Amino acid sequence: MSTLEIKDLHVSIDTEQGEVEILKGVSLTINSGETHAIMGPNGSGKSTLAQAIAGHPAYNVTSGTVLLDGEDVLEMEVDERAQAGLFLAMQYPVEVPGVSMTNFLRTAKTALDGEAPTIRTWAKDVREAMENLEMDQTFATRNVNEGFSGGEKKRAEILQLELFKPKFAILDETDSGLDIDALRVVSDGVNRAQENNGMGSLLITHYTRILRYIKPDFVHVFVDGKIVDSGGAELADRLEDEGYVNYEKTEATA
Amino acid sequence: MANTDATTLDDGPALLIPGMGEEGETLVVKQAAGQQSETEEVKFGTSRADRATSFNLADFPVLTGEEEDWRFTPLHRLAGLHLPDGDDALLTGVEPKVSVTEHEGVTIETVGRDDTRLGSFMVPDDRTSAAAWASFTEATVITVADNLEIDSPITVSVEGNSTDPAAQHIYVAVGANAHVNLVINQTGKATVSQNIEFAVGEGANVNVTSIQAWDDETVHVGSQQASLGKDSTFKHVVITYGGSLVRLTPITRFAGEGATTNMYGLYFADAGQHLEHRIFIDHSTNNCTSDALYKGALQGKGARTVWVGDVLIRGNTSGTDSYEKNENLLLSEGAQADSIPNLEIETGIIDSGGHASSVGRFDEQQLFYLMARGIPEPLARKLIVRGFLNEIIQKIGIEEVETAVTEVMEDEIADLEL
Repeated sequence: MSTLEIKDLHVSIDTEQGEVEILKGVSLTINSGETHAIMGPNGSGKSTLAQAIAGHPAYNVTSGTVLLDGEDVLEMEVDERAQAGLFLAMQYPVEVPGVSMTNFLRTAKTALDGEAPTIRTWAKDVREAMENLEMDQTFATRNVNEGFSGGEKKRAEILQLELFKPKFAILDETDSGLDIDALRVVSDGVNRAQENNGMGSLLITHYTRILRYIKPDFVHVFVDGKIVDSGGAELADRLEDEGYVNYEKTEATA
Repeated sequence: MANTDATTLDDGPALLIPGMGEEGETLVVKQAAGQQSETEEVKFGTSRADRATSFNLADFPVLTGEEEDWRFTPLHRLAGLHLPDGDDALLTGVEPKVSVTEHEGVTIETVGRDDTRLGSFMVPDDRTSAAAWASFTEATVITVADNLEIDSPITVSVEGNSTDPAAQHIYVAVGANAHVNLVINQTGKATVSQNIEFAVGEGANVNVTSIQAWDDETVHVGSQQASLGKDSTFKHVVITYGGSLVRLTPITRFAGEGATTNMYGLYFADAGQHLEHRIFIDHSTNNCTSDALYKGALQGKGARTVWVGDVLIRGNTSGTDSYEKNENLLLSEGAQADSIPNLEIETGIIDSGGHASSVGRFDEQQLFYLMARGIPEPLARKLIVRGFLNEIIQKIGIEEVETAVTEVMEDEIADLEL
């Protein structure tokens, strides 16, 4: 049983106009096996939350804490956060020319586990995970994300999620740009990781569509850098009908 | 070198936008030059088409360092290969020893400078190349029979053992429809100006890898010129990492229609090295294809690279497909890379043409992505550099050479202070 605790997190970015605060006090606790959906309009800071937890250098944490089983995540380097059990499925996975998926996956797995995976079981694990995600085996020989379609990039992220077995995954708009079949395949992958490894997840999305495939235990409404409402799965349905308008109005008059 | 044919476009259409012609910037440069030429001489040819080519050393004046094609080269480090004292001196040192692996259907000869085949497929286009042409006494001639297909590479070992300024000439003729791999391995210490000519027969498929793995003190200027027969394919891969100063000028010309050239290169400059590559692809006939990709990594104080990519698509051609790209990765402070792609299009009837160029440090997004997967920063940086270099190594297409070059690059990366 693990816990990821985000307490009163404030994050800013440097712009040409100076430092701008994006996250204005986010608090959230996720336990193993739980799925938390974060929903909110464009520009509300959802992706900033994801990037800040993963440690992207462009985001300055000005106050607050992030604890993984009591350990201070914000004190860790980016790679140490991953080694501690955090995984960020990125909205825009990055191309790394000349580095094959096979080489990348094995190098990352070795770094995460502190030892090289057994060659035979690893090859089998990779092959099976690719089959489950309906990925062509030639993916293994292609360079990381290079020339991948949008859908292929997202599948490759979930492939890593299944192989690396993190304690907590942050899925940053994994559903964007996916057609309905790809959405199902990718969602199945997330569900498998949750069932097999007891992973907790933070699912960032604009749309309720993915929540048909990945059932959230909690839904949080994110507006202007803060969580403004929380509830169960039924909250997502309400958002589907009403949108974020009511919350944004409240913010404006507050 | 006055721009003698610059007035040919005087009857062309009026400019739509000042400074921009209908068919690209180059035309406008030529038009402007044409207008100027009545009153003043244009100092340098504005088009690669105007570059002098000659077997006569005197046609290339003693270098001042201000010439367009020499302005990046530190002349004082050429060790006299450019004959700075005039046209009477020659390069008289002992040239690097050439040995070639034996294959059935491949003839290897050593011939005198009066052999009429020499110079059939190349003409010197700068002073060092002309100096080598004026100076060499014997040449190595490699002839591949028509229709010969061999997998194992013809390996040409060029081994230097003297630093007296020397001249060298190598002539390679590949017969019609032959398929061969050729590896040129340049090692040892040398001060040499070298001309290598490749005659590629009709329908032939020739894959050349030229590896400059010289000792630290070596100074090497080299012209490698290829003439491509109808429907032939010529791949030329340059791997340069050894030597004090290496300046290569690979050139592809199309003697027949429908040919394809792929010109690739990888250079890795350490502290104090000057590695310069100037390619030229001359699309003078129809339906030819060229693809050029050079990549460079630089590390250490005073590491210096220059890449110039001249691609000329002449006005009398159609159906050309051409792309060139150069990318440089600066791995430390104090290194400098220059990158100049020159795409000149004199015709509107091309299939496609393009160029790209970059000089940069690490891609922070790539670094973040790999680290976010648990890979520590030093290893992530190495992966990125390795990947960057691999793109060219993968193009060699000869497994044992790819393996050997990979090992060399692993050694270079191992030394990196990242």
